[in-house]
Amino acid sequence: MAVVFERPKALIDVSTHYCPGCTHGIIHRLVAEVIDELGIVDKTIGVAPVGCSVLAYNYFACDMFEAAHGRAPACATGIKRTNPDKVVFTYQGDGDLAAIGAAEIVHAAARGEKLTTIFVNNCIYGMTGGQMAPTTLPGQKTETSPYGRNVETEGYPIRVSEMLATLDGAYYVERVSVDTVPNVIKAKKAIKKAFENQLAGKGFSIVEVLSICPTNWGLSPIESMQWLKDNMIPYYPLGLKKDKSTEEVK
Amino acid sequence: MGGKVLMKGNEAIGEAAIRANCAAFFGYPITPQTEVSAYMAKKMPKIGRVFLQAESEIAAINMVYGAAGTGVRCMTSSSSPGISLKAEGVSYIAAGELPCVIVDIVRGGPGLGSIQPAQSDYHQVTKGLGHGDYNMPVLAPASIQEMVDLIIDAFDLADIYRTPVMVMADGMMGQMMEPVEFKERTAKAMPEKTWAANGLNGRTKHNIINTLYLDAVPMENVNIRLQKKFKAIKENEVRYELFNCEDADLIFVAYGTTSRICKSVIGLAAKEGIKLGLIRPITLWPFPAEAFEKTMGMTKNGYLSVEMSCGQMVDDVRATVLGRKPVEFYGRSGGMIPEPQDILDKVKELVGGAK
Repeated sequence: MAVVFERPKALIDVSTHYCPGCTHGIIHRLVAEVIDELGIVDKTIGVAPVGCSVLAYNYFACDMFEAAHGRAPACATGIKRTNPDKVVFTYQGDGDLAAIGAAEIVHAAARGEKLTTIFVNNCIYGMTGGQMAPTTLPGQKTETSPYGRNVETEGYPIRVSEMLATLDGAYYVERVSVDTVPNVIKAKKAIKKAFENQLAGKGFSIVEVLSICPTNWGLSPIESMQWLKDNMIPYYPLGLKKDKSTEEVK
Repeated sequence: MGGKVLMKGNEAIGEAAIRANCAAFFGYPITPQTEVSAYMAKKMPKIGRVFLQAESEIAAINMVYGAAGTGVRCMTSSSSPGISLKAEGVSYIAAGELPCVIVDIVRGGPGLGSIQPAQSDYHQVTKGLGHGDYNMPVLAPASIQEMVDLIIDAFDLADIYRTPVMVMADGMMGQMMEPVEFKERTAKAMPEKTWAANGLNGRTKHNIINTLYLDAVPMENVNIRLQKKFKAIKENEVRYELFNCEDADLIFVAYGTTSRICKSVIGLAAKEGIKLGLIRPITLWPFPAEAFEKTMGMTKNGYLSVEMSCGQMVDDVRATVLGRKPVEFYGRSGGMIPEPQDILDKVKELVGGAK
């Protein structure tokens, strides 16, 4: 019998700690499939963040680091600069990357570090139980914005991809989503490009993946997918924000 | 390079690190240690090694975490306020058992402080610096030559014990120039870094650099292992200098710049018939308790801790002497350097004047 679907080799055969319905599983799988397809598991080093994906080091089969909160891009910079022949990626959530680690991601991008960042945006702090993130939408209720995020007092969400795309050092910036099968396919294409760029010695590549958090949103997984489509995509438009390879062609 | 060369302390740190095969330096400008970064910026790229100016001291120490985790020799340097910022990262490095060297060229504090020499980081660096149960070796040079030698030793200690090692010197040591000699040293055999997360390269099991233990039992087991290591460091790596301690009226305890001032005071006092000795800790952690056991019977009036702080190392002196002899303190702070005459006046007050 032909095997038509199996676990990517770059994922270890263990059950994950993620909540039912969480899209981290899909995103982990996409990253692992790309690592397999590019045949780079032997020379890839991943950096996990603090947040829901803190235990990602137990799931990816390549060598892994667990970085301090927000510091994954700095840690990855240290790895890549001293091991330029290796492929280094960070996998970070929105609290980790856009709040406490805002300086590290901005400067890694500005320096054009030859890294790949997978940025999972679900508009909330998941691991600590659903607090407001820099990406929480206006009006969105969380543990620490119980009356809905009030932009007068809590300010506005950060569109990380658009912000980083303004930096000359950023080589490739794309926002994708995993709410539908066609979008998952597009997401994989973007993730693959972000790794291929690094293999080609190009600069900083980041893929922002819109993701869901049924547990902390208080919605079922199916309702969550709808909420992402209705609320997140209008605020965080999908698509390519920057690709220097096409600029080079011009 | 044979023979002696005249070098500024901060530049000598850079040269020593290069000679110790430091592969990467991650820095951030802060007075009075900036010349370390500038020296490395000039030299490292020319020999195919990494120099990177980070966006903050926090980023720099986390770059060290990454580089050290792949098994390469690396370092960062800073001065007091920047060292405070590195505290979190150092805790992670100690927990991850990653070898690296950190240099602290201490300036006056608290707060943004002054930019003049001080020793007021003693408490924070000798008690581990960051959160959690750990210590790291802290080496304190008293000359530029010793700075060079200790930097090279620091890289070896870091690799042998898989630990961050701090070289702490007051701003005077960073800024002044002295002749130094880079002696030929035969490289010691170092443990193989089989733990390094530098790519599988055919290895079947992945290496993980991690400091998270969600359950208490494995976390405590890590602490038990770390404490065993700290015990070994205490047993094997204590360093100190004893000077003129036999039959002393009083023994100074001082390190770095203040130890040199105390040696001058010993000369001044001798002319007045007062016999003074000196314990100069070279390792601030582990603190050289042994030096006190050896000298306890030699000092008539106990010990005087002389510091460029408001009284920090004196706590360790008291905790070592345990009331068996008097322990007194004299210090200046904020970037002020103690005057020999003022120290001598304090000595006379304690030993009852000239005899």
